[in-house]
This record gives sequence, structure tokens and C-alpha cells, in this order.
Amino acid sequence: MSENGHNPEITIALAGNPNAGKTTLFNSLTGLKQKVANYPGVTVERKEGPWTINGKKANLIDLPGLYSLDATSLDEHIASDIIRGDQAGVPKPDAIVAVVDATNLERNLYLVMQIFEFGVPVVIALTMIDVFEKQKHELDVEMLSVRLKTPVVAVNAKSGRGKEDLAAKVGEVLYSTPVLPYEFAESAENSGPHGKIFARYNFISDVVQDSVWHSDQQQHLMSEKIDRVLTHRFFGLVILVAILLLVFQTIFSWASLPMDLLEQGFGAVGDLARTQMPPGILADLVADGIIAGVGGVVVFLPQILLLFFFISLLEDSGYMSRAAFLLDKLMSRVGLHGKAFLPMISSFACAIPGIMATRTIESRRDRFATIMIAPFMSCSARLPVYTLMIAAFFAGQTVFGFVSLGAVLMLAMYALGIVVAIAAAFVLKRTILKAPPPAFLMELPPYRLPNLRTVFQNMIMRAWLFLKRAGTVILAISIILWALMYFPRSDSQSDAFTPSPDLVIGSTVEAPEGVTRTPESEQLKKSFAGKLGYAIEPVIEPLGFDWKIGVALIASFAAREVLVSTLSIIYNVGKDENEQSETLIAAVRNAKRDDGRPAWTPLTALTLMVFFVLAMQCMSTVAIVRRETNSWSWPLFMVVYMTVLAYIAAMITYQGGKLLGF
Amino acid sequence: MILTNLPAGRDARVIAVNGTGPVTRRLMEMGVVPGVAVQVVKTAPFGDPIEIRVRGYSLAMRKNEADSIEVSL
Repeated sequence: MSENGHNPEITIALAGNPNAGKTTLFNSLTGLKQKVANYPGVTVERKEGPWTINGKKANLIDLPGLYSLDATSLDEHIASDIIRGDQAGVPKPDAIVAVVDATNLERNLYLVMQIFEFGVPVVIALTMIDVFEKQKHELDVEMLSVRLKTPVVAVNAKSGRGKEDLAAKVGEVLYSTPVLPYEFAESAENSGPHGKIFARYNFISDVVQDSVWHSDQQQHLMSEKIDRVLTHRFFGLVILVAILLLVFQTIFSWASLPMDLLEQGFGAVGDLARTQMPPGILADLVADGIIAGVGGVVVFLPQILLLFFFISLLEDSGYMSRAAFLLDKLMSRVGLHGKAFLPMISSFACAIPGIMATRTIESRRDRFATIMIAPFMSCSARLPVYTLMIAAFFAGQTVFGFVSLGAVLMLAMYALGIVVAIAAAFVLKRTILKAPPPAFLMELPPYRLPNLRTVFQNMIMRAWLFLKRAGTVILAISIILWALMYFPRSDSQSDAFTPSPDLVIGSTVEAPEGVTRTPESEQLKKSFAGKLGYAIEPVIEPLGFDWKIGVALIASFAAREVLVSTLSIIYNVGKDENEQSETLIAAVRNAKRDDGRPAWTPLTALTLMVFFVLAMQCMSTVAIVRRETNSWSWPLFMVVYMTVLAYIAAMITYQGGKLLGF
Repeated sequence: MILTNLPAGRDARVIAVNGTGPVTRRLMEMGVVPGVAVQVVKTAPFGDPIEIRVRGYSLAMRKNEADSIEVSL
């Protein structure tokens, strides 16, 4: 295309092994002006950015990190399609920059051999050369270039060494016809399925022998020393647990202040909207629908930023693959990959970053199985629900005389989530996601000091994707929910002030001062949401829930913590009460059904908690699963199977509890 | 003998990688081809996977995969 002038822009692809320093080089060449999207139809990320070659604008495409181009994984499939020019929407690259890690030359060159065979001009960017030389090895860059019949440029992303030389060399090879540095002997073609692999490595061994001098063989001494402790059969596990505890402790404690600030900020913006806009439907929509709804999600941003900060740090330093190495055996018992461990742990904070973290799992079935069970981990949005229920019905009680019942219940909820997740993984991996036990072939890269710029760039990119994608869906859902509770409006104000019998009974107990009602609760009863609550009452009756709890349940399918604010509206104590407030706790305790019986008992509260452990009530998670699996059937399946499980478990809890006399 | 039974720290050479599936192919692409020098570094705490050194880098694999690699001391 470039030759006939339709598209004057040059396309360059950046290819290389994982851990070869490709991302760091890409960031250093393109700066902050990169774009991230997905290749159509798949979840492989497409990263590109501008790069200047000989004064001309070029588009640099960052191919996914790969070991080979034989298209066994999705990443490899996409990469080989791009290099061949078969990927829709991506012009065939005019040249390829192959990133090669000098400390791991032989295996890195294997991919380069395959790229050569595609017949595209190649320039080799040699990274980690300073590390290599520090280990007292010598590498003859000239000789390497001569033997490979390809320009080789030593680069260092941090110091900027070789950046200009790299661009100049790419400019030289553009539109040249590359020469293959070796030929397959006839025997290689015919000697079984692996003849070519064998021939490539033979050639590589020759080249490396000619261009590298090892002064000693102790090159990975440093990493081996660290690993003596970090993957030690006892201390390795202790340190792993300690690191995870530290990470989560930090996430919760550091995130709480910005989360509070964000919450207050959105509250202030909502109030401002109320005061600045004429009262009416528009002000209600903006304040209660848009600002409250979107704010409820954006509040989790600090946690997500911090989690991704730590994930990048652990990944870039090389520790993450050690964690997978330590725990693979445990994970494989339920049919999961060692790498599924981190996404599961992350999901205790929030399932969204947890699901995003499954991207490191290569096998699609293993990855989907992990996604499907991640939301069973009790996330931070469930905490307000657990806290409210425990405070209202189990406060001050003890087990065996000294252990607080609340703490035991809280722990039981977390344990229930874990047990069900493991069981679900076991079943999924033997049914719809059945696959042979995944091959576990994983490089343990040498430990390196993480590049902070890469870490921060990664963190900000993830945060932006979270805001953009989950944010748009949440906005739509918030407006719909608000509208369901807002419409149809009661005919007249006076109508709203006529108390219904249940409200009198309910309110007199909780508000003896005579502040008996606001139009809001009456509005709720007549709204679409209220009617929905009545409609589902027969379904939730076996769980011991009345229509008001039904309304809160429906609303909480947008986000779990919405239950607390919806119960506040329903029981008339005002929206601003948080879950610790005495009034809401009292209101829940004293709430009455339409027939005057108490709406809640300790058993109902326990049933609700069990339901919340297992049900899929999070629109943002549904949106993320839709994006990560690139289909609607997986998120729909997730909502259905989790909610059915939740219903059954809640029914067993309630009916079983009743039988036992609670 | 097979790689699984190679004691940690002993230098050995790969003589054959048995099998024809994608895992075998991936093993060879990662540099585990006949003739190459290998060493078992350690076994993970729960007995699987194992860490080997090949071509100057560390590779983790399950014993299941290591069973298909024949080595000689």
C-alpha cells in the first residue's frame, strides 16, 4: 500500500518474547501517545503508537509477547496474521523490529528465525546488553549482524541508547528484500514434524557460538540466590502469604481515604446539582440517577489503581511466575492453572480487576473457568451488606462465650464463597470447559527491578479502560434503575401523604417523634420497581423475603452495595444514612410486612447474606465478562448459574433453619 | 532415563523428546531439543512442577511434561 501512495504511513511491528523488554522499548519509542484497542472478535489487545523514521511518520504496532509463530495460541495466531498481512484493519508491516534479550539469546532468536521465514525486512533490537556485559560476557554485535544478515542495534530504553540508530536502521531496510541467513537442508524438511525446529536451533547454536564469549557459566547466579529463598519449599510459601497480606492490607488502608473523598465528592456534586437546578424530574435524574449511580462505581477506582500497581510490580519483577510455580499443584487439583491464583485473590477486593488479571492465562478454557468462578470471592461491595445484617441481628452475641458471632459469620461467608468457587471450577472443568489438563510450560524470568514508568503506564491504562467501559454500562443501568423507582409518578402530592397501614405500623416504631412518612416510600410502592417487587414476591417467599426486600434485591443486581441505600429509601430513613447508622439498623429490625409480621428475623438476615455470597449482582462485572469473553453467552450464563445457586442455597438456609426451629 | 528422574543439580543432555502433540512441539520451540544441555534446578513445594535450566534460562514444567523428555548423564 505504501508504494502506490494510498497510505503514506509506514507500518512497523514490534515482536519479541515475553520478558524481553518489549513493552519498555515500545513505551520509550512512542511515549504517551499510544492507543489501546482490541483486535476485532478477540480479546487480544492491540497497542499502537507513533514513531518517527527518517523524519517520516510511522505507526508502531506492539505485537503480543510470543515464543513462536506457529499459531498454537490466540496471541500467536494474531501475530502471524499481522506479519502476513492477513489481519483485518491492520496493513501488512513494512518492517519488523524484533526485540531480543541478550541474556537469553538462543531462545529469543528462535522467534526471529520464524520471522525471517515470513520474508519481511527485520531489524533486531538487542535489549539487556548492559546486564549481559555486567555478568562478564562479551557479545560481538557486528558478528551477530553478519551471521544473521540483518542489522542488530543494542538498545537501552532507560538511557535512550540506540533509539535513533534503531530508527535509522529501520529506515534502511524498508522496502528491501530480506535474505534468509540459512537454508533448510532437504533432510530438515523431511525428518519428522519437528525437523524445522531442530534445524533452526542448530543454526542458532552456531551463530551464538561465533558471537558470544562466556567468561563463566554463573550468569543467573543472582536470580538463583533469590529463588533459594523465594521458591523454598517452606519459606517460599510463607513469603508468598506475607506478600499477599501486605498487598491487600495496603490496598484496603491506602484506598480508604481516596474512596471516602470520592464518595464525599460525588455527594457534594449531587447536592450542588440539586441546588443549582430547578426541582423536578431533571434534577432528580442528575442527582439520584446519574451522579449517585456512576459515583457508586467510580468510588472503587482507588482500589483498582492500587491493585494494578501491585500486579504490574509483581509481574515486572518476575515474582508472579514464581507464585504460579509454587501453587500450580494446588490449583491443578481443581483443574485450574497455577496462574489462576492471583485473579482469585484479587477478586476479594473486586472481581473486575480479578477478571482482567486472568489475561495472563494462555489457555482459553482455563481462563474462562477462572473468570466464571472469580465473582464467588467475597468482594468489598459485599461488606456493607454483611455489616448491616450482622449489626442488625447478630451484634453482641458470642460463640463458646468469647468469640464474636459476627466475626464467625463474616468468616463463614468468605469460606462459603471459596468452597463454592472450588466446587464450581471442579464441575466446569469437567463439563462445558472440559479440556485435557493444561500444559504448564512457563518461563521463570530472571528477577529484575521493575521499570516504574511501565508500571505506572500500565496502571493508568487499566484505570482508563475500567472507567470507560464499565462506566458507560453503569451509567445506562443507573438511569434505568432510577427511572424504575421514579415512574410512574403518583397522581398528586396529597395522594402520597395518605399513609398506608403498613407504613403507619412500621414508622411509628422507628420514628416516635411523628416524622412518619415521606412521599418517597409511597412513590416506591407505586413505581415500576415496587410493582416488580410485588411481582417477584411469590418467588422470594420461600426465602422468607417480602416485596420490599424484593425491590432492594432487584436494585442490588446493579451493584451489591445498592441494597443498603435501597433499604434506606424503602424504610424511610433517608438516603444519606450509611450502613453503620443506628436508624437504618433499627428500621431493619423493626420493619413489618404488609400483614404486620416482622419483615426480618435473624434467619432472614442469614439467608440474605448467603444469597449475596453467591448471586451475580454486579453490572460492572457482567460488562467486564462480556468484554473479556467477547460474547454475551458467557456473562448471561454466569448470571443465571450463580443466581440459581444463590437461590437454592438461600432456600436451603431458610427452610432448613425453619425446620431446626430458628 | 527420563528428565523427571534426573536428580537436581546434575548436568544431563537431552536425547529425545517423545510425542507429537502441541505440548511436545511447544517444548521443542522453547529450546528443549535433542542434544541440548539441561539441569533440574528444583521441585515446587507440593511436588510438582519442576524447574529446569536450558539454554541459559529457567523453565518450569509439570512432571507430566518432563516424563516425555529422555536424557543421558
